[in-house]
Parts: sequence; C-alpha cells; structure tokens
Amino acid sequence: MKFWLERQRHLIDFTLASLARRKAKNLGLLAVFTLLVFVLASVMLFSHALRHEAALVLKDSPEIVLQRLVAGRHDLIPPGYLDAIGRIRGVQNTQGRLWGYYYDSVVKANYTFMVPPDGGIEKGTIVVGPALERERGLAENNGISFRSYNGQLFSYTIAKVLPRPSELVSADLVLMNEADFRAFFTYPEGHYTDIALSVANPLEVRNVASKLANILPDSRPILREEVLRTYASMFDWREGLMLALLSAALLAFAILAWEKASGLSAEEKREIGILKAVGWETGDVIKMKLWEGGLLSLTAFLLGFVAAYLQVFRFNAPLFEPVLKGWSVLYPRFELVPAIDGLQVATLFFFTVFPYMAAVLVPIWRAAVTDPDAVMRA
Amino acid sequence: MNSRPSAVVFTAVGLLALAFGGVFVDAAWLSRQRAGDVSEMSALAARLGLTDLALFTEARYTRHPSQADLHSAFQDHPLALEHFPSGSLITPPRHEILVRATASPD
Repeated sequence: MKFWLERQRHLIDFTLASLARRKAKNLGLLAVFTLLVFVLASVMLFSHALRHEAALVLKDSPEIVLQRLVAGRHDLIPPGYLDAIGRIRGVQNTQGRLWGYYYDSVVKANYTFMVPPDGGIEKGTIVVGPALERERGLAENNGISFRSYNGQLFSYTIAKVLPRPSELVSADLVLMNEADFRAFFTYPEGHYTDIALSVANPLEVRNVASKLANILPDSRPILREEVLRTYASMFDWREGLMLALLSAALLAFAILAWEKASGLSAEEKREIGILKAVGWETGDVIKMKLWEGGLLSLTAFLLGFVAAYLQVFRFNAPLFEPVLKGWSVLYPRFELVPAIDGLQVATLFFFTVFPYMAAVLVPIWRAAVTDPDAVMRA
Repeated sequence: MNSRPSAVVFTAVGLLALAFGGVFVDAAWLSRQRAGDVSEMSALAARLGLTDLALFTEARYTRHPSQADLHSAFQDHPLALEHFPSGSLITPPRHEILVRATASPD
C-alpha cells in the first residue's frame, strides 16, 4: 500500500512538472473550467433556493382565489358573487380582495395598491413597502401624493414602512384604507378585484373549485397548489431563464471537452513517445494523464462551487440582479436562505469531472498503445 | 528545502475540500440565522393574502405571474411580441383545467 501511494505521488510530481511546462495554457484551462462550474453552480444554487423560499413564503397564501373573466380578461367581481359563493358547502370563509396596480410617473415604477383584509389603516394614511421607501426617499409621517387615473390628486401620510426582511413579498406594496382605495381607483361600491376563499377540508379544495366553476361560469378559480406550482416551474432548471443560462454553460463545457478529446498536440505526442521509449508502461502513462485530468477538474469543481456559493448566498447574487431586474425600477433587496440539493451537487460533479477525465483519456489511450517510434515520428 | 509539487497540490486540494465542506456548514448556519426573516415574510403573506413574490415589478403579469390571465402579456395589440425582459424569463401560470370536458385554455 505504501509502495502504491509513493508510486502515485511520483506520478503526480511528474504530471505537475509536465503541466508546468505549459503553464499559461493549463492555467487558462483551469480558469475556464472553474468559470463554467461557477456559472452552472450559481444558477443551480440560486434557482433551487428561490424555489424553496417561494414554497415556504407562499404556503399560507389563500387556498382559492376566484377571479372573474370577461372575454378572457380579468374583470371586477360584481355584487352578489360573495353571497353565491357563501352558499357552497365546504367554503369556510370568503373575503373580497381589493388590489390593483399604479404607475408612478415620477420614478417610472409600478406599485401594487392593496387593502389589507383585516383593515387597520386609517383614512388618509398608507403603509409602504421597503423598496418604495428607498426609491422615493420616504419615511414615517412623510406626506406623498399620487395622481389617479382620472387626473385627481390624492395625498396620504406614511403611517409605517413594512419591515425590510419582508421585501421579497412587500417591496412595491402600498397598503391603504378601503374608502381611500375605492376613491382613488373609482372602484364601484360592492365590487372587488377578486375573492379569497378558505375551505374547511383541504382535501375538498378541488371539489369546491369545480363547484365554483359550475356556479359561476365566468370565473376562474386559482388554487394555492397552482400558485406554488407556478413558482416551482418558474425556477425549474428545465425551463426559462435557468435553461437558457445552463444551456450556454453546458455548450461551452462540451466544446472544451471535445477540444480535449479530439486529439493531442505534437508536443504531447512526443512526450508520450519519449516516456514509452525510456521504459514507461502504458498503464503508467494513462495513470499520469488521469491524474492530470482529475486534479484539474477536481480543483476547478471545488473552486467554482465554493465561489458560486459565496456569490449567491454571501454576496446576494449580484451577477443575477441585472438579469432579474430587467426594466423594473423597484427591485427587492433580499438574502436567500441557503437550500442546497445534494443530488444536484452530485450531478454537477459527475457531469463535469468525469466527462473531462474521459475526454483527456481517449486520445491518450490511443497514443499510449502505439509504438513509441511511430508516435514520435507522427 | 523545497517541498514536493504533489505535497503542495495535496495541501491546496485539501484546503479546497475543506472549503467545500465548510459551504454546507455555513449553509446550515445561515439557514438558522435567516429562518426568522422567512417566518416574518410568510406571516405577512398570510395576513395580507399575498400570492406572489415582488421579484419582477415591470408589468402586471410579471408582478403577479400566478394571477395573470394569458392575454395580458400581449395586451398592447394582437401581434405584440413580448417586450419586457422579465416576461421572457418567466413561464405562463401553471393552472390545471378544472372543467375537463372543455379545451378552454383559461
């Protein structure tokens, strides 16, 4: 065993000396490989953590949200719907919700105006989200005015700013009194944006939703599980943003591996020929190259993964912010809770380290089994 | 005395492996640290009946993707292409068709 270990150390010493003879090329290769692993791992960690956090944060969202559609477009809930829904067996609680969007031309940002279901906001005051506080320079007891869509100016006093840790869900919120909301948007009395329902038996949610669709054919029930599924698919690696980023990184990796597998340079062939001529066995040549590929890919994997973790969870993913922010003016500042899927890490390891080692091994095996004289003359 | 190259590499790879293990320890620690924030967010979402994260505030169908109808992304005119950057990133809402007898999309 000791002899075997010492033999491997000597092979590694020779491998490292060989790598040092082409320092610039090999350092460049290490840098590119590390960068690829960094991109892949960053996307994987970020998307998984966001999915996990969305599931945790939204697990108590309304069980059913009922919307009304007119010609396929979202329309207001008219009076009478709440009473009709209340008569359905299994419905425990119904709540008409009032919320909508407002475009602030001062900062060119969109806000979500909302009336809290439990009230608690005095007329003439509003509670704002942390991003609004930041972008508009607001604070408690400040005044602010908004011009409604019919041209009328409404002034409010900031009663409170929502807590910063909640920014991921409350960044753009403006909570207000119901009377103020109806006056601002000229919302007719008795009309609501949609209805939130709770069901007595969670196993009956789909049945209740079916009954709603039958009783109110112009309505669209949205279940909580569908809300969670929307976010699960949004940050799934198989779709959208994640697939785009992963595809580019995987393609770059495939090109790197293909370039390695497509053949050896004349210098590398000569080196192998000389080793065979001075008495190296084929197995030793292959072991040497395996160590080369293994050390390089393992170092790149470890370095890339650690850098990706630090980027996503310690520095709050600054590389993804421009991508996610798009044209938004308000963007939440949030710190994701680390959620690492061991299976994904293992998959990343097996699909970066082993393919690269295989890509290194294929051309080496061909050269190692060929006559040294023929290899050196090639 | 010069150390062998393999010793240097083993030390470097060993340190990286330690850092890799440290990632999982740090992840567990940060999870405990930030659990309070998640609880606070969850409580606010439950109190206000929130259904979406405030990640993409460019347009209404990106701000509330789970509540959006399928027409709002193309609201400007019938042949309008998606023009908000985040609209290209997010997928349409995943709502099952409840009335299985029909093929209506929404």
